[in-house]
Amino acid sequence: MHPALQGLLTIILGVGGCVGYFYFSNQFLDKVLFPAKGPNAGKNINRANVIRPWLFLFPALAALGLYLAYPVVETLRMSMMERVPGGEQRFVGLDNYRQMASEPKFWEAIKNNIMWLLIVPALSTAFGLLAAQLSDRVRWGNIAKSLIFMPMAISFVGAAVIWKLVYDTRPVEQDQIGVLNAMYLFFGGSEPNTWLTMPFWNNLFLMIVLVWIQTGFAMVILSAALRGIPEETVEAAVIDGANPFQIFFKIKVPQIKGTIVVVWTTITIVVLKVFDIVFAMTNGQWETQVLANYMYDKLFRANDWGVGSAGAMIIMLLVTPILIWNVYNARQEMN
Amino acid sequence: MDSIVGKKSSLTWAVHISLLILVLLWVFPTAGLLVSSFRTSDQIATSGWWKSFAPSVQNQTLRAAPSNEQKEIDGKFVIEGNLFESGKAAQISAWGVSSREIDVFKPGDIGELRKGGQVTVQANGDYRIEHTEAFTGKRGSRIFITGTQDPEFTMDNYRSVLFDPNNAEGMAKAFFNTLTVTIPATVIPILVAAFAAYALAWMNFPGRALLIACVVGLLVVPLQLALIPLLRFHNDIGIGKGYLGVWMAHTGFGLPLAIYLLRNYMVGLPKDIIENARVDGATEFQIFTKIILPLSFPALASFAIFQFLWTWNDLLVALVFLIDSSGETTVMTKQIVELLGTRGGNWEILATSAFVSIAVPLIVFFAMQRYLVRGLLAGSVK
Repeated sequence: MHPALQGLLTIILGVGGCVGYFYFSNQFLDKVLFPAKGPNAGKNINRANVIRPWLFLFPALAALGLYLAYPVVETLRMSMMERVPGGEQRFVGLDNYRQMASEPKFWEAIKNNIMWLLIVPALSTAFGLLAAQLSDRVRWGNIAKSLIFMPMAISFVGAAVIWKLVYDTRPVEQDQIGVLNAMYLFFGGSEPNTWLTMPFWNNLFLMIVLVWIQTGFAMVILSAALRGIPEETVEAAVIDGANPFQIFFKIKVPQIKGTIVVVWTTITIVVLKVFDIVFAMTNGQWETQVLANYMYDKLFRANDWGVGSAGAMIIMLLVTPILIWNVYNARQEMN
Repeated sequence: MDSIVGKKSSLTWAVHISLLILVLLWVFPTAGLLVSSFRTSDQIATSGWWKSFAPSVQNQTLRAAPSNEQKEIDGKFVIEGNLFESGKAAQISAWGVSSREIDVFKPGDIGELRKGGQVTVQANGDYRIEHTEAFTGKRGSRIFITGTQDPEFTMDNYRSVLFDPNNAEGMAKAFFNTLTVTIPATVIPILVAAFAAYALAWMNFPGRALLIACVVGLLVVPLQLALIPLLRFHNDIGIGKGYLGVWMAHTGFGLPLAIYLLRNYMVGLPKDIIENARVDGATEFQIFTKIILPLSFPALASFAIFQFLWTWNDLLVALVFLIDSSGETTVMTKQIVELLGTRGGNWEILATSAFVSIAVPLIVFFAMQRYLVRGLLAGSVK
């Protein structure tokens, strides 16, 4: 069957199935199981209303459980197993973790991930804050925001191509077609550099791609927060003779601290999962490995599910504090 | 702000200029790829894209007309014509007839051909070759020119990437595959999530708070953990790698955000409407379809855009759950990564392919930016 047709059929089946499920399960509950008539009408309505939420929730809960909750447990289990010839698995305790800890590539990934975690959220938030503050003060601010926000719509792979062109290198006797080398030579550099193969620095060049994408997100959220600041506080500061920088750093930033933390943690999670950019631009060569790509390597290139799962658990471990913090905040807010 | 400060200071200018620099920095890389996708491979390889708007100096090797176009005039054999194909004219500053001396003559000079005969070339490309004997040979003489060419852009790259019947780069097929992945993967989670969100927002039952907390927690679970367990699950139930698997995976991974966004929005809907409807005897199902769904349109649109962008731009989920060894079901992101590896130097193909894949999300982005912003503001956990 043609995939497009199959897709159309799936939409119809999926949507129809969902609507059908919700409609008929409700009908069944109200008309057959607990009809709202006869001697037990009142009791039946109450019973039906106890069950109904679960009818509404069931498909979502099933999907969440199967596609997100179960894998966490299963990956934890697999990270302590080893495949033996014949398709069987054997419990090996923490051996996979031990083996992982003995690999220099793993420590390289950890080291790079820490760098990513420090630099990308910081730069994205800083640039986002700057863009938000500046664009709120000029008339063409909305156009500026649109343009800075635009990379959000571009795929990591697309961004990788865009930035590969920026970092492109030609032999010294030819014209440079990459902007970075052209500028480098223009400002007195002697020889074009192959930016993506310079250990340590190439990590920064990869991070710039993510900063470029995430700044728009930070800007949008922070801009809304800046607008929510009560006018009076700013006015009072102006009357007291504060200069614009003082107003920004001493009056505005402290008031949006909460939002800055939210932006920071959200970008942190994106960073922890960063895969496509490294995969497409260097594939972890030249000391640019990161955890997500290391894990992918183990799972699908080396076919080592045990160590791969252990790598995935490390990512999960790093996400967990943020997860707990988010849940805690959400509960506070509901109360 | 200006009215509060009371006077326009030099700071206002600083603000304009720094914002302009910031915007230019952010647009410049994308502009480079867009411009490059309209240039020929020669142009891309020999000069930076930022030079493409200025006239460029190029060396070209062109050919005079073949010998069967010669005419006999006053006892001499003559071949005349213009070196340039129509629309590719350049201003010639120097020319030559041998590859070792490509710029010895100025326009209007007379040069000797190695095979015998004289040749002159004018600045606009007109040439005239004369000889006392008839010309032989199938191909015309080579003439080397150095000329300034006006900026030139072409649609050829798009034609070859999208409409070439051989479809060497496979982008046309990948485009449809991406579309096939994206649309069901966007539509289905919306519906599933909307019902769940309604239950979590407006129905009372034990464990509701706990479930909401779970959804918030699942928001950040990295999907990397799900790869192997779910691939094995898909293999066990017999769907293996394919569209069905990728649709299910995207649905599962998209649900936490969908439920979270929609619940937050639905909770804010006016309580009176819902309670009035209940008093009037509407069933929960009716309340949901007739009142909640239409009122939640902005939130539904926000999530739809997120999910669309995310599934369209995704690489990892497609790699793991969709693309098998036959490569028939490859998506655009995967195809571009492949091109980066195999055709890393062919920037005209890469740039064009990348832009084909970027164009759709960009259109969606600019058309529906309002909903996207609203969704972002509601979706970031406060």
